[in-house]
Amino acid sequence: MSKDIEKIISTEYKMGFETDIESDTAPLGLNEEIIRFISAKKDEPSWMLQWRLKAYEKWTQMKEPDWANLNYPKIDYQNISYYSAPKQNIESLQEVDPKILQTYERLGIPLEEQKLLAGVAVDAVFDSVSVKTTFEKELKELGIIFCSISHAIQNYPNLVKKYLASVVPIGDNFFACLNAAVFTDGTFAYIPKGVKCPMELSTYFRINALNTGQFERTLIIAQEGASVSYNEGCSAPMRDEHQLHAAVVELVALKDAQIKYSTIQNWYAGDENAKGGIYNFVTKRGKCLGDNSKISWTQVETGSAITWKYPSCLLIGDNSHGEFYSVAITSLAQQADTGSKMIHIGKNTSSTIISKGISALKGSNAYRGLVKVRPSALNARNFTQCDSLLIGNKCAAHTYPYIDVQNKNAKVEHEATTSKISDEQLFYAQSRGISEEMAISLIVNGFCKEVLNRLPMEFAVEARALLDLTLEGSVG
Amino acid sequence: MLSIKNLEVKISNKKILDQLNLEVAKGEVHVIMGTNGVGKSTLLKAISGSYETQVKGSIKLNNEELVDLSPDERACRGVFMSFQNPIEIPGVNSVYFLKTALNEQRAFANKEPIDSIHFMQTLQEKMGFLDMDKSILQRFINVGFSGGEKKKSEILQMMILEPNLILLDEIDSGLDIDALQSVAKGINQLRDENRSFILVTHYNRLLEYVHSDFVHILDGGKIVKSGDSSLAKELEQKGYKDVLKT
Repeated sequence: MSKDIEKIISTEYKMGFETDIESDTAPLGLNEEIIRFISAKKDEPSWMLQWRLKAYEKWTQMKEPDWANLNYPKIDYQNISYYSAPKQNIESLQEVDPKILQTYERLGIPLEEQKLLAGVAVDAVFDSVSVKTTFEKELKELGIIFCSISHAIQNYPNLVKKYLASVVPIGDNFFACLNAAVFTDGTFAYIPKGVKCPMELSTYFRINALNTGQFERTLIIAQEGASVSYNEGCSAPMRDEHQLHAAVVELVALKDAQIKYSTIQNWYAGDENAKGGIYNFVTKRGKCLGDNSKISWTQVETGSAITWKYPSCLLIGDNSHGEFYSVAITSLAQQADTGSKMIHIGKNTSSTIISKGISALKGSNAYRGLVKVRPSALNARNFTQCDSLLIGNKCAAHTYPYIDVQNKNAKVEHEATTSKISDEQLFYAQSRGISEEMAISLIVNGFCKEVLNRLPMEFAVEARALLDLTLEGSVG
Repeated sequence: MLSIKNLEVKISNKKILDQLNLEVAKGEVHVIMGTNGVGKSTLLKAISGSYETQVKGSIKLNNEELVDLSPDERACRGVFMSFQNPIEIPGVNSVYFLKTALNEQRAFANKEPIDSIHFMQTLQEKMGFLDMDKSILQRFINVGFSGGEKKKSEILQMMILEPNLILLDEIDSGLDIDALQSVAKGINQLRDENRSFILVTHYNRLLEYVHSDFVHILDGGKIVKSGDSSLAKELEQKGYKDVLKT
């Protein structure tokens, strides 16, 4: 350990590592020392540190993208803390903000899960622990690795070295590069050849990786003939305000493998004057590497002040298939620029994009998508459907579809609609005894049905409740 | 049952109704007639609470003031309006819409939600009674319905919700004779001593199937002439000009 690091750690310690809530946090700013600090904190092997430093070096030469239809004050990257350890000092739910608990209750999240989401230490909770160990044993017997990425770096370095940044290269984009330099934790899943993962994997069961901070990195690999469904849920409004969240998710599907990745994103959205809220800049990409492989993204985006996110598929293997099903809601003063990229490279590759954008109050929602058919992609097929729903008069919806076809045999379809919930529709429903909020909920649920139906059961129930919550009071 | 006093209604700041008074007792059927644009639909919209209407004066249902209540609160108190042009709501399934409405009204009356099997049975039975095509159950509410299907669907909703005060806005327009008879059958089945109706219509033909107690002529924002069902026949023979002269 260099003297510098020692110095930083000891300085930090003096500031109170073991005292109050905000304790185990790195000083503000980003430089090589901070990266060494993070790496040292996580006790990483030197190859990982070198990898991070390389990313940092690249990042310093990159420019923040400004092409998105988003409006936000310039982020001061030197005014952010890049490491914050799990907050262990909350011991019971009584210490959690009652407002957050109310939200959990209305979402129907079970008590034990509430504790996890709120960051209450759960080691003492018998049920959760036993649940976790039961699953861990079952997964292990099948050869499935499911752990935090930090754990994987320590214990499965060869797998990590082989696949990390194989889908999203270090210098892919500004935010992904930043993530590569400073990521703190995330999920690692490896499904061996021919294994169908017998249960939905979700962050809920991976207790050790909760509260991982804003820069998570996830890597999921499905070997030949393997299949897995992973759910990433953040159904908790964060206490933190105006934070930068830059995550990277990489999926690799080999021959005949299938990966289904579902997300419910409900980070703190800020208020109606755009005060506070998470800046959510996420790079998610899957590689259908093998023939007949399939990757499916499903997302329900209800939170964050700013969302910048384009879950994508690289369809390399012949007959591989990519899917993107999305519901994005912007209410209050939220802004979203989200969509998907489908890059067709292999023969007979096919992809489906179903995007449902809902804007209410002063929300602004943009769909941005790219369908690219390379010359090699003989008989490629894409179907894109992109619908926008407006509630009120101050919101906005935009659509930016890019289609780039370089093979004559390709068949690409794009359908788009824009509709508005009218006063007439609300009055009609209300004149039958249905309240205004219930009427909006009926219409919105009808609008998103195609996407919500893709979610696993409990997730879909939660997503519906979240939609209702997000749109509560959205009509004046 | 319904008592309207000194009603003034504006739409987009234009005064449509002024100093209108109307009393409807339990079990009565009232018919509102009048030339185009005279405010017949506006009256029904004002009673059911449409956002379009700016209302002054008093509309009491069973001695309870409705003016400050939202449309759904009025519906839960037994007000039902069939729309002249029923509104399409894409994405919302017809059965689900109707079941939600019924259960919201039941919840207001402190009743348990209806069970699906019982609901579907009732629905199928009423649809048979109205000679309706069952395929509309699978469709979104009013989306792609023919004119006749829309009107019958309004009557179906009325029969399921069993309201106390029923406002029918040109329920007979655009219907062929068979459909008109079905609609009239639905109305007549619901008639009893506790339920009142206000029908807005241009023609006497619906009134050949539905017996009415009073006919009112609306003109210049008020009711200018009232009579029994013979007034509608007289109107059909002579026209508004002549009838209003006398």
